[in-house]
Amino acid sequence: MSKNVAALLAGLVFGFGLALSHMVEPTKVLDFLDVAGRWDPSLALVMAGALVVTFIAYRLIGRRPKPLLATHFLLPTKSELDRPLIVGAAIFGIGWGLAGYCPGPGIAALGLGTWEAPVLIVALAAGSLTYRWMFEARSRTRRDATAGQ
Amino acid sequence: MENFTPISALLGGVLIGSGAAVLLWLNGRIAGISDIFSGVLILQSGETAWRALFLLGLVAGASLYVALNPAGYTPRTGFPVALLIAGGFFVGFGTRMGGGCTSGHGVCGIARLSIRSVIATVVFVLMGMLTVFVVRHLLGVSP
Repeated sequence: MSKNVAALLAGLVFGFGLALSHMVEPTKVLDFLDVAGRWDPSLALVMAGALVVTFIAYRLIGRRPKPLLATHFLLPTKSELDRPLIVGAAIFGIGWGLAGYCPGPGIAALGLGTWEAPVLIVALAAGSLTYRWMFEARSRTRRDATAGQ
Repeated sequence: MENFTPISALLGGVLIGSGAAVLLWLNGRIAGISDIFSGVLILQSGETAWRALFLLGLVAGASLYVALNPAGYTPRTGFPVALLIAGGFFVGFGTRMGGGCTSGHGVCGIARLSIRSVIATVVFVLMGMLTVFVVRHLLGVSP
């Protein structure tokens, strides 16, 4: 099996789970965030179900020297709590609370015939590219400038 | 809590976790969807095809569930388009600045016991709750 087929398979299972758990319905997500109103704790159980699996699976997988189809594991290495982490998470939370979509359900909803999904995806791409344009291009220039030191 | 659906939530969560586990086990990658999505927006050789196929899988997987169980999905109607656009933009911007979303930080990062991911998840859930409180209860918009 190629890495591409594996990615498709992983996405398929993930997307099926998003729909089964109703996380592709933004009202369900907003109801989870609405602790002062019609609170619906379902999302917490989705997280719990996912975490039980990933917590155990990641430990089993971590004992292997390398993934089955690739040469090495690619894991985040950053560990410091910096301002972009906190500010970025806060901005994401505001957007999540406004629209009721995070990236996974927004993309998964593209096949469900709702007009909201394509609109959301364009806005999501615009936000992502705006961040890249504002910060990443500049920091790359800075990195290049200091690379020889 | 008349809208609480514990069984489908748990089972769906188990599948979401399984998809993430498969991606790490086979490809050695974290299933951070905001990262995969933003990665597909700029073409990188050797990195674009698997990302695009993972996202295609997301779409196909959700469609498959709804095809098998049409009563299992109710599209939202009458939602203000301005809120949708503003929300989507903030989600795109914030997940890039914070380095992850509900999947990358919330599911994969917490499973790796990353302090960054635990803090990010607490922050975005609390800000989401605050935002919904303002929109639904202070401004009286009840979508």
